[in-house]
Amino acid sequence: MSERSVLRRGMGLVRELVGLHPVPFAISVSGAVLFAGALVGASYVLGEVVDRVVAPTYRTGELAPNTLAWAAAAIVAVTVLRMIGVVFRRYFAGMTSERVQVTFRHRLTERYLGLPMSWHQRTPTGELLALSDADVEKSVDLLHPLPFSIGAACIAVLSLGYLLTIDPYITLVALAVFPALGLINNYYSKRIEEPAAAGQAAVGKVSSIAHESFEGALVVKTLGRSVAEGERFDRASQELRHHRVLVGYLRAVFEPVLDIIPSLGILAAVVVSGYRIEAGAMTVGNMITVTTLFSVLAFPVRVFGYFLETVPPSLVSRERLNRVFDETLPARQDGRGRRLPDGPLRLDIADMNFSYPVEASEISEQVLDKVSFSVEPGEVVALVGSTGVGKSTLCQLVAGLVPPDQGKIKIGGIDLEAIDPIERTDAIALVFQESFMFADSIAANIDVSNRATVGEIEHAADLAQVVSFVDEMPNRYDTLLGERGVNLSGGQRQRVALARALVRRPRLLILDDATSAVDPKVEQQILSRLGEELNTTTLVVAQRVATIMLADRVLYLADGTIVASGTHEELMGIEGYENLVRAYEEAS
Amino acid sequence: MTATLPDESEANSNTANNAIDNGIEIGADGSVDEGVVSLLRRGLKATPELKEGFAATATIGLFVAIGRLVIPVIIQRSIDDGVVRSDDTDTVSVKMATIWANVAVAAVVVAAVAIASWINQRRLALRAEMGIANLRTSAFNRIHQFSLADHNESRRGALVSRVTSDPEALARFAQWGLFSWSINPLILLGVMIVLSLYSWQVMLIAVLAHLPALFVLRWMQKRQIVVYDEYRTSVGDMLSTFSESVSGAAAIRAYGVEDQTERGLHDSIAVRYRTRMRANRYMAGLFVIGDFFGALALVTVLVLALWQRETWGLSEGGLVACLILTNLMREPIAELSETFDQTQTAAAAWRKVLNVLDHPVDVVEPEPGIDLPPGPIEVVVENLSFGYRARTSDSDDGERTEPDDALDLALRDVTVTIPAGTNVAVVGETGSGKTTFAKLLCRLADPTSGSIRLNGVELAEASPASRIHSLRMVPQDGFLFDTSVAENVAYGSATDSTSRSEIQASFERLGLGWWTERLQNGLDTDVGERGESLSVGERQLVALARAQLVDPGLLVLDEATSAVDPETDQALTQALKRLAEGRTMVSVAHRLSTAEAADLVLVFDRGRLVEEGSHTDLVKAGGIYAGLHAAWLGNTRVNPRSP
Repeated sequence: MSERSVLRRGMGLVRELVGLHPVPFAISVSGAVLFAGALVGASYVLGEVVDRVVAPTYRTGELAPNTLAWAAAAIVAVTVLRMIGVVFRRYFAGMTSERVQVTFRHRLTERYLGLPMSWHQRTPTGELLALSDADVEKSVDLLHPLPFSIGAACIAVLSLGYLLTIDPYITLVALAVFPALGLINNYYSKRIEEPAAAGQAAVGKVSSIAHESFEGALVVKTLGRSVAEGERFDRASQELRHHRVLVGYLRAVFEPVLDIIPSLGILAAVVVSGYRIEAGAMTVGNMITVTTLFSVLAFPVRVFGYFLETVPPSLVSRERLNRVFDETLPARQDGRGRRLPDGPLRLDIADMNFSYPVEASEISEQVLDKVSFSVEPGEVVALVGSTGVGKSTLCQLVAGLVPPDQGKIKIGGIDLEAIDPIERTDAIALVFQESFMFADSIAANIDVSNRATVGEIEHAADLAQVVSFVDEMPNRYDTLLGERGVNLSGGQRQRVALARALVRRPRLLILDDATSAVDPKVEQQILSRLGEELNTTTLVVAQRVATIMLADRVLYLADGTIVASGTHEELMGIEGYENLVRAYEEAS
Repeated sequence: MTATLPDESEANSNTANNAIDNGIEIGADGSVDEGVVSLLRRGLKATPELKEGFAATATIGLFVAIGRLVIPVIIQRSIDDGVVRSDDTDTVSVKMATIWANVAVAAVVVAAVAIASWINQRRLALRAEMGIANLRTSAFNRIHQFSLADHNESRRGALVSRVTSDPEALARFAQWGLFSWSINPLILLGVMIVLSLYSWQVMLIAVLAHLPALFVLRWMQKRQIVVYDEYRTSVGDMLSTFSESVSGAAAIRAYGVEDQTERGLHDSIAVRYRTRMRANRYMAGLFVIGDFFGALALVTVLVLALWQRETWGLSEGGLVACLILTNLMREPIAELSETFDQTQTAAAAWRKVLNVLDHPVDVVEPEPGIDLPPGPIEVVVENLSFGYRARTSDSDDGERTEPDDALDLALRDVTVTIPAGTNVAVVGETGSGKTTFAKLLCRLADPTSGSIRLNGVELAEASPASRIHSLRMVPQDGFLFDTSVAENVAYGSATDSTSRSEIQASFERLGLGWWTERLQNGLDTDVGERGESLSVGERQLVALARAQLVDPGLLVLDEATSAVDPETDQALTQALKRLAEGRTMVSVAHRLSTAEAADLVLVFDRGRLVEEGSHTDLVKAGGIYAGLHAAWLGNTRVNPRSP
């Protein structure tokens, strides 16, 4: 990426970001310009004070109170203007970047929630979180120094213009000194790039060793490897130190150099001023103004350099955000789809295929191949198959979370995709093996849609045997989850997740190994009560024999397809099924 | 160094020196900030690199600061000596030779200052980075000495921060804030010295005029800390809301709660925006406070100095120099106000890392200790009790922890003898203390009271080296390091030179040769982060091979709770059977089939050992174990349809 194109793209990004929230940005720039004016104004005031107040006082020996009062007022006024400028610039620059962040986060929110499940399955969680946090923040980083840079450019123009009105020769000195400062600054940023990047990489290494080592603390301890781990960490830590010291050394060279140049410029200006005063072209007050202007001129160079440094990382982060922003949201079908019949729902699946895309390749891994089966309304069907055969995928397909590659899924006789989404999520409940808890109360975790009565929540909690442990908690259903001290066990979480499904009185209930962590005895109690009290069709992925035996019928899934269907006893004649069930028996 | 910015900017003459040297007396108002003092004392003890060569650094720093003030002096001298005004004609003549001479001297000083500044910044960078690197490693080593009570999952993030983000905060400070602190107070000091050369009265006025800024700044900073805290909390809240919407994507869709989730997200985004903008108010205001009082100081100096110019003996050039010098105080004050936030963060981070270093070591290793003899180990446990120590808020990292109730022991008064070579199963519900019992056997923590003796040797007296060889624990999740299978196995042996054939043999002996052959790259197969390319069961296989390699006399196995696929499960059972031969084995059993096969079953309930005996005896006795067993039977045996 050439420097020019970086700058051009940087300008493009600035246009985009500023276009989103132009008003605070405009205020901020006005503040910066006011600041610039006041800063140059202060040099003018100081010069005038020397010429009109200090010098006459010494010449005449008389203090003129009026002039002095004006001078004092001018100093205060110029300072107050400068302060207002700074406050407006900073506050509104902050507001611009914060508002852009809000806009970006809203866009992310919309897509995180609106994009299909298949998108989530192929996008790592960590990446999505990094986008919402660091990348959103970094992408607007270049907005912070921008108003200041614009103000600084004003400072440069105003100062040079002012210098020209004082004396052309002095202006020449300034024109020799400050571009040189810019060049050195530019060279400095380039030199520091490499060790700074190496340092960043070393930080990553240090951090991943720490993560791994502390996560494996038990292993490290039992194997007596603490010393070796300490050495491994120290190597990474010393490598980081090495790069950091290099950065520090470069800074140690360049910072004083960047400091010394304006000072040398000022000394040159003093000499030139001497000649010009002698020639009658300048006053002593002018000389004071010139020296302050010179120290002010160092500003724009450094500030603009800082702005340039923020451009590439901002571009990279903004680019990353496009991975999400570029996704088109599916049109919402709410209220437009078909309604389902009343009562327990029938399920028909015909010739359904499904495959997962394999990472970084064109091929995809076939999971389900020509799956066909039906479940009668009110029937309890167990789905049995070995690990990785596609049971969970099948459940997600039936719940409409992912679409099949081919084939038809009909629920209550209606094509799944034609069903109104609200109707669908109301009627079909899928309970996952990995139960997800929201950081909210137990009641809110059961009634996620917030429309059940207390009685309904308690009934669902009773069915799912949540009551037994909720009663032991001081705040019962109001107990907050995710807070320290209240950690539910895996089985308890699964019971809450089950209650979440039951409270909706689903007409098709899908349990994807949803009670695997529940105590077997409790599981039996729950499942047998479900059969008695719930008017629903049930599809249950089972790993325990007793669970299998609660079903009216068993579907045996192997090699991506339904191999057999029948009662448990009937299926025991099939070798693969029998082996699997025996293994389950051993394992429990 | 932290909360004392206003005092520093007030340029209390020896603040910086004293703060580092003696750690006393930092407040200009006479108050001693205990927190800062003890922080510095502890910090310098832990990081001696910072103390080294301090006098030289300070001397060069002072030279740099004074050198920077040379410019206004040169201008004053150029005006006073170089520009001659004739009173009658109102014309000026200029002595160029004088100006040239002054400028030449100034140029030399400016160059010398640049060189001195270069040397000093180099020294500071080197010392600070060395100090940070060593601090980081010490903290890391200390954390590995923490007992298992401090190594639970909820604290892991915090522990990682102690060696990553906290030292990084210090590094950022070392790169910017530290230099600001090393130079700006000295510049202020220099301004005061030079000002008093012209007139001590002017110096006094300049300092007094800045004084009110102190109080305003201090007040604003206190507010800023509060507001910033709110901001940080809101960022955390927002991120966890985002995290929920991403990790709960399936649940959100399955239950059609997208709209509600979106409202929650928008709320948290809005709260973050509001708190951030509130913090920005202080950010914007802080920088200009010094400016305002700077202007007041300038006006006061101008008026009073002009009025009293004869009494105070001020020449025209001298007065101009006073004005410029007073103006020069603005920048260091502004810069120090800017650094404040960073300094605050760095101080907090430093404190947290130092707290880790001051954290008591729970498990103190004997020197040299008694070697455990080889062969199967007899375990004698007497009146063993264990409670997780309540952490004091001081040694913590800001997270609140409720002190554990003294009565809330994880283990109470456990007495049992496990004969050498027995196969023992420990059963009980979650929280019964069975896992804690297993961990204490491996000395992952020391008992609160009672004793554990291995072949007659008190566990705490056993030498660390022999303990590592004689006691082996196979943890539940079978954590592996992100490297090959072979290296993970070799990780267990004390020597670093385990040959491949030894590793392979170790698998063979457990009857797992077929498993390694089935792996994509055999023993060189990478196991991935935390070993996640392998299943839980397979990770345990690797851990078993690792244990086999060192031939321990006592093997402690924490069974996996999550589902292990049938094939791996059979392999595990086989391998364990072979591994257990000729050793004492204690299994924390989550499945009763393990207990069925054991010689001795220990049943734990709420921290107590309630039943002890063989499987058959316990079933006959009809206690807790019998109940568990009956439930299990009903659930697994394939009987004809039963209710």
